[in-house]
Amino acid sequence: MTKDTPLWASVKYGSLVLAVLAILFPPYIMIANAFKTKDEFLSKKAMELPDSFFNLSNFAEAFKQADMSHAFQNTIIIIATTLLFNIVLGSAFCYAVGRFQFPFRGLLVGLFLFATIIPQITTQVVNFKTVQTIGLTNHLMGPVLLYVGADILQIYIYLQFIRNIPYEIDESAMIEGASLFRIFYAIIFPLLGPATATIIILKTIAVYNDMFTPYLYLTKTENVVVSTSLMRFFGINSGNWQMVSAAVLLIMIPTCILYLFMQRYIFNGVTNGAVK
Amino acid sequence: MLNRMSISKQRTIIIVSFTLIPLLLLLTFAYYPALQLIHLSFTNWDGMSQEKEWVGWDNYAEVFNNPDIFGVFRHNLAYFFVGIVQNLFAIYFAVILKGKLRGRNLFRLLLFLPYILNGVAVAYLFGYVFDTTNGSLNTVLGGIGLPNDTSWLGMKSLVNYTLASIGFWRFMGFNMVIYLAALQSIPEDLYEASSIDGANGWQKFRFITLPNIYKIIELNLFLTVTGALEVFDLPFVLTTGGPAGASETFVMKIISTAFQFNNYGLASAMSVVLLLAVVAVLSVQRYFLNRGND
Repeated sequence: MTKDTPLWASVKYGSLVLAVLAILFPPYIMIANAFKTKDEFLSKKAMELPDSFFNLSNFAEAFKQADMSHAFQNTIIIIATTLLFNIVLGSAFCYAVGRFQFPFRGLLVGLFLFATIIPQITTQVVNFKTVQTIGLTNHLMGPVLLYVGADILQIYIYLQFIRNIPYEIDESAMIEGASLFRIFYAIIFPLLGPATATIIILKTIAVYNDMFTPYLYLTKTENVVVSTSLMRFFGINSGNWQMVSAAVLLIMIPTCILYLFMQRYIFNGVTNGAVK
Repeated sequence: MLNRMSISKQRTIIIVSFTLIPLLLLLTFAYYPALQLIHLSFTNWDGMSQEKEWVGWDNYAEVFNNPDIFGVFRHNLAYFFVGIVQNLFAIYFAVILKGKLRGRNLFRLLLFLPYILNGVAVAYLFGYVFDTTNGSLNTVLGGIGLPNDTSWLGMKSLVNYTLASIGFWRFMGFNMVIYLAALQSIPEDLYEASSIDGANGWQKFRFITLPNIYKIIELNLFLTVTGALEVFDLPFVLTTGGPAGASETFVMKIISTAFQFNNYGLASAMSVVLLLAVVAVLSVQRYFLNRGND
């Protein structure tokens, strides 16, 4: 590759640094203010750092007032159940579709892929009524049903992945007398591990960050999840930016940690879903 | 027990049992509602009563003739324009990050970061930045001698662009990562061969990079346009559609029509219009980009 001219190199690094500053500016303001006492908040400028980063009282207060223990608990229940169903149903479906030829197989896969162009937001008017009929509005399993039933990310990722597992593996296991069911759970499913990891991480982030579904389907206070707890908290504390900052940071931290440690799977998932 | 069954019998059992539940879920939550929407859009159903009176095209006439409904799409335009700029930036940064660069992984990590943050948290993050009196943006502007009392979220002419710029902040890195992956899949020897032929950086970009990422540009543009049509959470959380409805989006309108005013018939017609708009965008784009390609 040719060497960059000094001008191009400085434009390159200059623009990247500017972009990073623009991205970090809003979170910086939150960090600078979440640790301030009420007096400090009033006397200092928004961009000034607090006297001490050990003043955690805003966080404790926000955690309590926003009922975050409840919110995190509900969110975890929803995420765990969603993942369980997504993984079991998704991998099994892709094993059946990816390993065997049968009539209408193409149509079946086509139905799933075509569904991606139906914007989920448009179908809510009817889905709300369906969930109501089943009796799952204001029940944590209502959103789970939608995350499992209306989203096909897991199927997409598993389908991509299972194609790259050589069929000879199945064949030699069959010769040794393993049942197809056993081949699925003892051989194929473990080999799908990286795909499963990608699905876990992408789905966790998507469900954790979703506001629309819980806002529509979980309106009772005891069914609060992280997104709705933050909205309620803001309703009580609007203008109290040092408190809001603390609550916002508490909500953002879990996905940031996941992101740091699982970035490989996130980037793989995002690009696999899109590029291929 | 399964061992004693013939392979072909096992096969049938697996095919049926492994595909049945996902298929039922898909039909229930994607295809049934899509069809049901079309049916409801010709009725005046209120969401509760037993009878659904057939009203023909009335709901559609209402959607297109009532400026309070169709006119709302104007607000979505801001997101579209900003989205296009966002894609240009995404391509630019992807090209940069593809080359030799110190700290490349760190830059990618940071630029993508906003995408994984909670949407409600992001909304308030910017609520603080754009706050008129306490906001950090106005403080910065004041500090460098510019007007520091702009009401970013309170002016009708500005509010949609302010909100759209938050979308830029949030999704640019996502677009960039997709472009970056596409760039990395272009074989390196194409560039080497063109270097030998004496091509400069811009020529390489124009004649090798661009043609190779057409499909991905198409995908990102589709995501941008549908994203612009379906904006909901940012304006809903930050401005609740204000000031005076200036930042209300089409989806917000659908939700309030259905769930606040119990006008399911009209809300269904609006949903169908949105659905058709998305399909139309996809087809038009396919048509033009494929033609440009051949």
